Amino acid sequence: MSDVVEKTLTALPALLALDSQPGAGKLSSTSRLRHLIRSITELTSKHEEEKLIKKELAAIKDQVSSPNTTMRQMRELMVRAMYCEMLGYEADFVYIHAIKLAQQGTVLEKRVGYLAVSLFLNENHELLLLLVNTVLKDLQSTNLIEVCMALTVVSQIFPKDMIPAILPLVEEKLSHPKEIIRRKAVLALYKFYLIAPNQVQHIHGKFRKALCDKDPGVMMSSLHIYLQMIKENPASYKDLTGSFVTILRQVVGGKLPLDFNYHSVPAPWLQIQLLRILSLLGREDQSMSELMYDVLDESLRRAEMNHNITYAILYECVKAIYTIHPKAELLEKAARCIGNFVLSPKINLKYLGLKALTYVVQHDANLALQHQMTIIECLDHSDLIIKRETLELLFRITNAQNVTIIVEKMLGFLRLCNDDYTIIDLVGKVAELAEKYAPDNEWFIQTMNVVFSLGGDLMQPDLPSNFLRLFADGSESEEQDRQLKLYAVDSYLAVLKGDCSHLPQRFLQVISWVLGEYSCLKEDVDQQEVIRLLKKLLEQRGVSSETRSWALSALTKLCKGPGYAELALELAESLSSSLDTVLRQQAHELCLLSQDSQLHARVLPHPAPSDNLEVDSSLSFLDGFVSDALAAGAAPYKPPHQRQEELSQQRALSLEPYGLSLPVTMSSCTLTDRQSPTFLSMSSDLSGNSTELSHRTGANTLMLEGVKRVWGKDGYIPQKEPSLTPAAVDEPSDVVQSPDQQGAAETSLPEPEPEPPQLDQEKQQLASSLFVGLGSQNSMSLLGKTEVAVPRFRRKARQHESASTSGTSESSSNSSHSSRSTTDSFLYGGLLEEEPATPIQNSYHTLKPTIANGSHDARQHSQMVSSTSENEGAATVSAKEDKQANSSQILGSDMVIVRPSKLAEESIVSQRNCSKSLPVAFPHSSDSMVLQLPSELQELPHSDVVSLTSDPHLSVSCCRVFREDALLLVLLLFNPTETALRDVAVELSCEELETASLRGNVMECLEGRKSSVCRYTLLMERPHTQVAFTGSVSYQTQPGHTHILPFSGKLSTADFIRPLMLNTEEYGKLWLSISNDVKQNLKLLTGGGDPLRATLNALKDSLQLHIVDIIGSEGIVACHLLRGGPCLMHCRVHGASLAVWLRSPLPSLPDCLLYHCQRALQEH
Amino acid sequence: MQFMLLFSRQGKLRLQKWYVPLSDKEKKKITRELVQTVLARKPKMCSFLEWRDLKIVYKRYASLYFCCAIEDQDNELITLEIIHRYVELLDKYFGSVCELDIIFNFEKAYFILDEFLLGGEAQETSKKNVLKAIEQADLLQENLDFQIRLFPGVLGPNVSAESSGLFQS
Repeated sequence: MSDVVEKTLTALPALLALDSQPGAGKLSSTSRLRHLIRSITELTSKHEEEKLIKKELAAIKDQVSSPNTTMRQMRELMVRAMYCEMLGYEADFVYIHAIKLAQQGTVLEKRVGYLAVSLFLNENHELLLLLVNTVLKDLQSTNLIEVCMALTVVSQIFPKDMIPAILPLVEEKLSHPKEIIRRKAVLALYKFYLIAPNQVQHIHGKFRKALCDKDPGVMMSSLHIYLQMIKENPASYKDLTGSFVTILRQVVGGKLPLDFNYHSVPAPWLQIQLLRILSLLGREDQSMSELMYDVLDESLRRAEMNHNITYAILYECVKAIYTIHPKAELLEKAARCIGNFVLSPKINLKYLGLKALTYVVQHDANLALQHQMTIIECLDHSDLIIKRETLELLFRITNAQNVTIIVEKMLGFLRLCNDDYTIIDLVGKVAELAEKYAPDNEWFIQTMNVVFSLGGDLMQPDLPSNFLRLFADGSESEEQDRQLKLYAVDSYLAVLKGDCSHLPQRFLQVISWVLGEYSCLKEDVDQQEVIRLLKKLLEQRGVSSETRSWALSALTKLCKGPGYAELALELAESLSSSLDTVLRQQAHELCLLSQDSQLHARVLPHPAPSDNLEVDSSLSFLDGFVSDALAAGAAPYKPPHQRQEELSQQRALSLEPYGLSLPVTMSSCTLTDRQSPTFLSMSSDLSGNSTELSHRTGANTLMLEGVKRVWGKDGYIPQKEPSLTPAAVDEPSDVVQSPDQQGAAETSLPEPEPEPPQLDQEKQQLASSLFVGLGSQNSMSLLGKTEVAVPRFRRKARQHESASTSGTSESSSNSSHSSRSTTDSFLYGGLLEEEPATPIQNSYHTLKPTIANGSHDARQHSQMVSSTSENEGAATVSAKEDKQANSSQILGSDMVIVRPSKLAEESIVSQRNCSKSLPVAFPHSSDSMVLQLPSELQELPHSDVVSLTSDPHLSVSCCRVFREDALLLVLLLFNPTETALRDVAVELSCEELETASLRGNVMECLEGRKSSVCRYTLLMERPHTQVAFTGSVSYQTQPGHTHILPFSGKLSTADFIRPLMLNTEEYGKLWLSISNDVKQNLKLLTGGGDPLRATLNALKDSLQLHIVDIIGSEGIVACHLLRGGPCLMHCRVHGASLAVWLRSPLPSLPDCLLYHCQRALQEH
Repeated sequence: MQFMLLFSRQGKLRLQKWYVPLSDKEKKKITRELVQTVLARKPKMCSFLEWRDLKIVYKRYASLYFCCAIEDQDNELITLEIIHRYVELLDKYFGSVCELDIIFNFEKAYFILDEFLLGGEAQETSKKNVLKAIEQADLLQENLDFQIRLFPGVLGPNVSAESSGLFQS
């Protein structure tokens, strides 16, 4: 009764206010809300609205805090508060009351209370803790509606830490008789799984029970959990594949109650969920995929009605078919289905068709060819979204032939676009394509100019630094480099001469750096002019201080010699009052450097050294200073992360603003070095930028965790030609093609609809330029298209220059190698005939270690035999040559080189010293008999015995045994004379290697015509291309008469490389965890079989690599340096070359490895 | 699904449901940007949008825009059908639903949404079952709460568009 009175009372003011209006008599408790809404509708300005809501909120605040407010009123107030919040006004004072309402109200009020809670609070809100008790109580309620409400709110928001408190109750609900409760309980568990997977780990069994629930709704809800779990770990749920297939078959067959139909399609949501799960389970798993072929086929067949929902199913089906292990017949159907999407007049379907094409085109570029006309139409579509998706598709099919037109289209889009996200994404893509496929310098620089001016300061910071790095590293051809630099200088001077006030800062920085570095290459340009322009830039308004700093660095580089002292002084003066300390310092440096040209030349040498600066990142030169400071009582240094950790531990003081400023900004490091600030920071920072790079391209760089392209040789690719021909028949051409388009017509298909001939011709031309080069190399990509190495601007492999040896020795071995290789090929055939026995014997020798490794199949095996025998042939040639050139050299007939390439061997051989004119000290027969490895070592893979040196009393040979844990260097001492040698002692040293003598380096007596063996284990601590070892043997022929025989030799990185046994998945993980990388193009071995396989096998034979996987045109290879880190190689066939991308935590290992790969392939 | 927004042709928010935890500031920013973007699109354009790293699926029913944000790998078409089914549910519940029904009974619209989508996933797709669940709860409601039906004309001319049924166009 009191209720009624109260109601009337609250309604009264509203009644009074509205009584003039018709229908006012029906006012209810929600009339206040109506009143509010109505008043707002009548308002004309935002300001008035604000005033009204403020008033309203004040009234609500008053009422909620009044002790006399009943729950019923509270409910009404809550609704009004929700409305105010929706309008964007904060009403945080009611949050606590919302919880109270959920706690204390009757069912109806509870319902509003829970709703308010779920709308007001988010997962992290502190007040949420107060809800736990209420939920607990309601879960135990006998009222079903209360249980439902509790479960609903739990599945929306619940504090993560409190899950254990209610988990048992939710679990219990899984066996509730009412399906709606079971369903909500499953969804609550799904939510728990998402926010705290560990908390629900123990109840996976219950998920299975839910999956087998007799109610399809509950089963369907459980699929959400399964989809998530399978996404994370498909391998553990393979056993369920059969069940999922059965469920899908029943659903598709219409076995579910009609309730589940949606526009007469049976349970479409369920179907799509199942299709997704199946595609995850079937990915890269042929046996699983085979289970689902039938049901996928049926799904495709059944979904024939022309309604959005069937298209949704079809789209999911197509995606599944292209994700799982391929089946030609299904792929064909799916391709046809994509065609329906693409050709549909409905724009939504067209969009999805393009999306599907983008997904598929990497596997089968011909599909893009089939739809090229539609694609071209979409390119000019009025809807930017369609255009954008089309560009995405084109990006995936870009090659060296169509790059110009595709980039032009992308830039055209960029000019229209004003969405930051799209700009960042597209600019990155254009830059990538430009660097990868640029046809010439002019185009490249101009494209990059547009990229820089359009991308502005939005673009990823690694984009300009990568660009500069390209200049700094240089490519393989010096002349090309020069051209590029000259062109860039020209182009930038032109830019600076124009109005550059609108140019983005990053672009200006790039310009400054390039001009400072390379403008002196250009003879016909007046340096004064360059300086004038840079000065103008420095003084220009609106230029950031960071850019000024770049411009000033450039000026510093250019101002050399006394002629510029005045200018320098002037600059220094004008900047001395600058508020920016960095600029002031730089100006001062400039001033000093310009006065002292010698110092200038030392600090900023020209031409700039091409290798990276050696940066002592440990700052060891400061050690003394630090220890002094510590001794004087200074606090020890803590790295930023540690400091931040400590900060977060002592939460009492929030110092966040300070914490944020910890990372040093780029502009604050003052460098008047030749290196750009970015460049330097990159070279000193080992983490490199490759990870960023992969993040930048986001969804498109699939990397390894993305979808695997599974269509191998036995997959869809054989279907290419058949799929082309029927399509051509299906769509007869309405156009007679002119003869000059015949070429295009061979690869392209006529467009489906007749069009005005003029327009049509244009489109045809566009098509032929867009789709040129497709289909020829349309194999799938293992790491996604975006990671292919750079064919045009091949970055020079930065050779690791070790301090002592490599510089000269490398170049000398290089030259000797090149001269040799030509003679090799020249003499090859004849020599083989001359000495037929040697190669045969050699290959026999060679096989032993390989078999011991036991990792070759028969085919590779035979291939290896042939390749090694070739190697032997070549080796013998060089040996022969050596003999001819220098008869002193002793070479045994069993000079077998197993691996690494014989070059390393040669370099050992080539180290000669004393006793040049000695005749052969011992006959070959005895040599081969004596100089043999101890039998226990013969089992291991080893190189052959090579003579190091000899004198009349002693000859020293060595053999490298490739033990799994180390390199074993076996020195064989042979006494060819009849007299015994006394006190023989061997010493071996090598700076770069960790050496340990095992045994045999000292012996009292070496009898005549006897040999002795001494062993060393060697480990390479840091990768070097080649290292030299030196040593000596001292012995006495007579007491007191000591001879010393020095010897030396070389070892290469390849000796210390061992295969790294990984599977593809481990490889992928490791790949992502490493950021140091090097890209290079290698020669692809041609002739006979699959060039990729042949090349990789050749590499594997000459270097100990492990081929992890070969898929289509890509291969992944792994190895590791003994005691060092791994090195991963990703190879991709790119035209006639092999684009190799190496990653390793050891910065110089990829370079070393590449060097040996190159040599191994050249030898091949 | 990440969130769902309902807003009018004038850009007024009518309903918002967030399935990902975001700060209020962020929510407001997203709403403002999205409303602007979607309203600027022409009627014949594609119902899908790429927006930041999300995919936006939107559809207009009479004067109301329904707008969902999904992740990239989600199915756009089925999301469109989710919107449609929600409108069907509203229509059945209110009986030829119009924007005003949703304005004045937004909490009901929320209840229906919660019964249909839970935590961003379709919970119950059967129209009958959803409405049954709602009605069961409604039955408890005393008849003091009048079922709100709108009286066209009460609100003046400027809202007439809002009272036309969503399914009319």
